[in-house]
Formats: sequence, structure tokens, C-alpha cells
Amino acid sequence: MPYNEKQPVSRPQATVMLSRVAHSLYWMSRYIERAENTARLLEVNQQFILDFQGFDDTDLKEHWGSILASAEDDVLFKTIYEVADSHNVIDFMSLDSRNPNSILSCIFAARENARMIRDQISIEMWETINELYLFLKGRSSTEIWARGPYEFFEDIKRHSHLFQGLTESTFSRTEGWEFIQFGKFIERADKTTRILDVKYHILLPDASEVGGAVDTAQWQAVLRSASALEAYHRFYVHEILPWKAAEFIIFSETFPRSLYYCVTRVDEFLCRILAETGPRRRTAAARASKRLLSDLQSLAINDILKKGLHEFLVETQKSLDHIGDEVVQTTMFYKAEVSSEEQQQQQ
Amino acid sequence: MPIFDPSYSTDNFFDEMMTSKGQVRPHYDRLHKRLGVLAEDDFNKRRAAVDLAFLRRGVTFTVYNDSEGTERIFPFDLIPRIIPGKEWAHIETGLIQRITALNLFLHDIYHDQKILKDKIVPAVQILTAKHYRREFMNFSVPKNIYIHICGTDLIRDHDGQYLVLEDNLRCPSGVSYMLENRAAMRRAFPNVFQSYGIQPVEGYSDQLLKDLRYIAPRGGSKPNVVLLTSGIYNSAYFEHTFLARQMGIPIVEGRDLIVKSSKVYMLTTAGLVQVDVIYRRIDDDFLDPYVFRSDSLLGVPGLVSAYRAGNVSIANAIGTGVADDKAIYAFVPKMIKYYLDQDPILANVPTYLASDPTERKYILENMDKLVVKSANEAGGYGMLIGPASTQAEVADFRNKVAENPRNFIAQDPIMLSRSPTWCNGKLEGRHIDLRPYILYGEKVTVTPGGLTRVALRKGSLVVNSSQGGGSKDTWVLRAES
Repeated sequence: MPYNEKQPVSRPQATVMLSRVAHSLYWMSRYIERAENTARLLEVNQQFILDFQGFDDTDLKEHWGSILASAEDDVLFKTIYEVADSHNVIDFMSLDSRNPNSILSCIFAARENARMIRDQISIEMWETINELYLFLKGRSSTEIWARGPYEFFEDIKRHSHLFQGLTESTFSRTEGWEFIQFGKFIERADKTTRILDVKYHILLPDASEVGGAVDTAQWQAVLRSASALEAYHRFYVHEILPWKAAEFIIFSETFPRSLYYCVTRVDEFLCRILAETGPRRRTAAARASKRLLSDLQSLAINDILKKGLHEFLVETQKSLDHIGDEVVQTTMFYKAEVSSEEQQQQQ
Repeated sequence: MPIFDPSYSTDNFFDEMMTSKGQVRPHYDRLHKRLGVLAEDDFNKRRAAVDLAFLRRGVTFTVYNDSEGTERIFPFDLIPRIIPGKEWAHIETGLIQRITALNLFLHDIYHDQKILKDKIVPAVQILTAKHYRREFMNFSVPKNIYIHICGTDLIRDHDGQYLVLEDNLRCPSGVSYMLENRAAMRRAFPNVFQSYGIQPVEGYSDQLLKDLRYIAPRGGSKPNVVLLTSGIYNSAYFEHTFLARQMGIPIVEGRDLIVKSSKVYMLTTAGLVQVDVIYRRIDDDFLDPYVFRSDSLLGVPGLVSAYRAGNVSIANAIGTGVADDKAIYAFVPKMIKYYLDQDPILANVPTYLASDPTERKYILENMDKLVVKSANEAGGYGMLIGPASTQAEVADFRNKVAENPRNFIAQDPIMLSRSPTWCNGKLEGRHIDLRPYILYGEKVTVTPGGLTRVALRKGSLVVNSSQGGGSKDTWVLRAES
């Protein structure tokens, strides 16, 4: 029979979401965000070092060491490379498949997750991830250094932005959307704490150097790593003060990469996913998220500095990990509940 | 320089575009004219654009036994295969007749077995068939449909006559390429395409969904239909996601489903949701580790109990594979006569059964002139093309056949028709086949077109993607001729 008398078929409502699909959306989104943040972090710091030609080897090692430490990748790095110089660190954090957090590993993982749920995402989203994957698959370290890593990082960031824009404009506002956003903001919150933590790992400068050229440049680099430099200047007209910069990155209510902003979104999407509507939270994940949000609402920058910025950041990272794990657990239905009754019926 | 070169030769094969006298067949006329003025540069640009689009969209298949690439695009040839409306009408009625008879056959052998009692098909052929499921004797499948989805391989012989090469009744693949190839052609040659009057293939997914819903056990207007895949490592995974997306149904793996009180549920973020129909893309053997292979991690424990209880429908039905055994294939013309009292519209390729002593003798003596196939392999594996093989290969196969005759058949080699194909920078004739897709729901429908596969290696008769095959778009014309 020819199909010219096509009868419309009403579609089943897309209201159910497999747990596996939800988690793939969540991880796909996290990995893309992670790759983008790593690209920005590396780009800014590579630039920063070029600006300070006076850096000797020790300074360089310290600088890159602090970046590795903030990503908790320093131990692995030392087992593979000897010297923490620009070349090695950038290779390790961008293209090394032995590093599960490298840009390459993140994009491969994002694509693997996307491939499992291709039917769920728009063709445009899939094409963007796939294109980025094909781009990375065809690149060697030599090639990237020949072209200059700057362009490479630009490519990664552009693809990530394209992906987020396409998600925004082609993905239905369903539960899947909530998982994508939840993943994105939890990853971004985590990365923002790590960007800030880089500064802690750089040995505190002598009192005389506070406000000096290097110190200011370093804080500038921190702000740029979070794409926050312009936003900071718009907010505080005066020069970059360390505590003001930290305050901005942690507490800004309007800047979309600030910790507070990200945690607010995390809480919002988590509540939607877990159907948390009342003032008293039912699930452990929602309670943990509320606690973190309340902390950020009630603390001032001085409280944090008094307690120690690094300690605060590490604690926040732990809370975020916990929240992420809890949401995954809560939306996963295990097969354990299947009784052995079925098996007996068969025999 | 235009890409169609007047020195094109049919080499005494049946050519889809040219007659043996070198005249262009009428239904190829306009395409031929276009190719006569299309510059090679322009053609190459369009070719590159199509290949890139396939790669970007991830229209790929997975290569087994290949640790490196794992995903490849299916080579696509830009020269379409064209079938006039009248020829197609013949194919269509022939396919409907065939699937109707095969479906009656399946119902019969899982119930009264009249065809065995009447000795039309020897009982031993069924009892020894690898995919015969005696556990399902006297089990009634929903609406008595066994074969919901079928892909039948057709070839044309030296005279251009269409013959059935095999019936694929388990999980025939390739339909996504039929649809993607069409989309690619429309982008590459919008003008030729528009003026040609081509019947659309795009109704396939809607029809499939309709037919799947038709067998839902609970009735109701919104049954939950899912596509069951073995996962991203399956060679046809792209197709699974493609179809699921087109139909708007969830794609599930075994681990996403559980069975409770003989009902199947999927694990969703909001809890358990009952499943009514499963379009499975995994073989019987892997469906349920309680019943079939206990080492299968792909299946759903308890699925068969839910199926037996009538709480879930499965397409294609369990046990359907017995009818696409190549030894059973030989009996299809007799089935058509037996069940429908009609003469087959589409003929089989002359086939010899190694299990029959007289035919076995013939096979063993003439092996170097025959194509020998194992009864249950697919993808061009486990076969011998006698005329193209060495003496050692023939001797090896002769031993295999003598050892296990039930498992082999032999066929006369058919000089498949050829179609102009872009190879080594020019158009040359290459052998092709055709896999149309047939759906069986409230009625039987055949999508006008199908997947034309082409053997890209010069002289090769093997069109499978795993063996260096490519594909073409297939145009069925509205016009009669």
C-alpha cells in the first residue's frame, strides 16, 4: 500500500523518563561544562604566564602546581610527568586520555552518554557534541602547539556555548531539561570553587606584595577564569581587591557563574526533580541543598576569610558531591525489589 | 568533464540504466541527461557534503572485531536506483503474498502442524531448525501476527527478473539508511528529485508505530510501546535510536525493565511504568535469561512469563526465526500454494537442500559451480561462492556440508543486475540487491522503495556492509513506466 493516505498517529506523551536516560543527560551536561571550565582555566593561566616573563622555573612550577592541586589531579600528574611546566600541564589537562578529567576524556564521556540517549536529545545537540568529538579525535598535541593552544581552547569553549544555546532553544522543558540544568549548575558550582582555590594554593605573597603587580594580575586571572572580570568591574568600579574579588565570585546574586547563583539554580532544579514543594524538605538531597544555600545566604565574606577560604571551599565541594550523589540515588530504582517469584514460575 | 562517460559498458550483465543495446531505459532518461551535463567537480562537492553530513549526524554502523575505528559510515553512492511504478506493483503484491503465507505457516507449525502432516514440509526440517521454539507450541500470539516487521532481500537475474534471495524475519536492519539516504539525496539533488515524481518513504515510522500499537494487549488509546536494544555496542545502534526518535517512544535496555507479577515495567525517575508492547531488536536467545540463554545480560528476567500471560506483546513474535532458516526458505513457494492456493508471484532462487540425499549428492559434485550457504548465518558470513573460490576453500566447505548437511543449502549463482556506481573516479557497473521493508498490522504495507545495497568491489556479488558493501537511494516512481 502506498502511503499517500497517511493517517496521523497520536504520539505517546513524553512524560516518563527512564532513570538511565535521566542520569545520562545529567552526566552529559556535567562533562561538557567541565571541559569548558578546564579550557578557560588553562587558557587564562597560559596567558598569565606569558604576561610574566620574569617567572623563573620555581614560580612556574608553583603556579601550575596550584592549578593541578585545585583540580585534585596533582597525584596522577606526578605519576605520568616529571616537570609541571606549561607544556606538560596543558597536555595533561587537555589531551591526555590517561587523565579522566582532561578535556578529551570529558568530551568523549559526554559523547558516550549522548550516544546512549540520542533519541532523547535534539539532532542539533547531538551534532554539536559529535562534531566536537570528531574535532578532538583528529587533533594531536604537536598540532595544537603549532597553532597555539589559545585557538584550541577557543574551539572548546565555542562548542560548549553552542551546545548550551542549542539545548536552550531545542530541548523541551521536561524532566530531562531539569536533569541537564541540574548537572550543569552543580558542575559549574564545583568548578567555581576550584578556580577560587587556585589562588589559595599559590603561596601567600609577602605583605608588601599584597596589591602589587603580581597579586593583582593573579586575582585578575582568577576572575577571568570564571569569565567574571568584566562583570566584576561593572559591579565594583575600583581596582581589584582580593576580598572583593572573592566576595564577588562567591556571593554575586546576578552573575551566572558565582557560587551563590549556581547553588540557587542547583536547589531550584533539584526541588523540581524530586518534587519538593513544601517548606520542609523530604529527601536527604533536598535538605543538604537547602543547608548549603542557607549558608551562602547567611555568611559574609569576613566569616569565610576568618574560617579560612580554602576550608570553606573544600567543604562546599564536599556538599556538592553529596547532593549530586543523593539525587542520582533517589531517582534510581533498583532491580533488587524484583522478587524471586518470577524465577520460580518459570521452572 | 561530465561524469557520465559514453564508454560506460554493461559487460553483458543486466544493467538497471542501459539496455544490452546501449540504450537508456525510459525511467532513467532524465537522470541520464542530468549526469551527462553534471561536472565532476560539482559531483564531488555534493558527494563530500553528503559524507560529511552522515559523519556529523553519526549515521554509522559498528564494526565488530575492530578495536580501532568501531564506528563507520555506510558508504553511500549518489546514483539512485530507479524502479518504475508498474514494476513496483508487481514486487509489492508478491511481497504481500509471501509474508501472508509465511505468517500462516508460523501459526500452523506452532499449532496444528497441518503442513507437516500433509508432508509438504518434512517435519525433520522444523524439528531441527535452530530457531524453532517448541516451548511456544499452542501459544497464541496477539492478533495471530508473528511477523510484524520483515525485510526481504530481492535480486534481479540476467533477464531482469526479480527473485527472492532470503526473508529476514528476526530483526531486519537497514531501514534507517533507507530514510537517511532519501534525506541525503533530497539535499544533494533537489531539482532532479522534485521533478521525478518519487513515491515517499517517510511514512514508515508512523506505520510501524501504528502496527505496534495494534497489538497492545490492554487496548486503550495510549499503550506504552518501547524499543528494546542491546545497547550502544550493537552494530545497528544508530538505527535503534533513529527509529525510537522517529516514533517518539523510549529506547530501553534490558536493565531498564523489570518483571513483577508477570507484568513488565520500566524503571523511570518517577517509579515503575507498565510496558505494553516491546519492539525488540535482540534475538530470542537473549530475551530472557530464565528461559533462553542463562548467560545473557541483555535480556529481562521473567519477560517470557509476562508474554505468556498476555500482559505484554513482542514484535516480532518469539519463534519467528524458524521461518527465515535458509532451509525453510526453499519451501516458501510450496507454502504459498498450500495456504493461499496461489502461484508465487516472486520466484525463489533455485535452491538445493543438503539434507536431501539426491540434492546433497548434486551439491557435493558441483560445489565449484554453486553458492553454498549456512542455514542460519547472516551478514554474508558462512558462505562459499564456488566459482570465485580456491580448490582448498571448496574442499573445506565440502567437508562441512558432508558433516552437517541440515545446516547447508546451495543455490545456482545468479549474476545480479548492475547499476552505474561512482568508483575510482568514474561511473562503472556494480552488482546490487534490494531490501524492501514490509509491515504487518491491521493490514500488510510495503514501503515503496527500500535499501538498495551495492557491492563496491569490482566483480563482487557480496553486498553486505560488513563485506565492503555500500548503499543507494531507491526511487519508486509514481509513473507506471
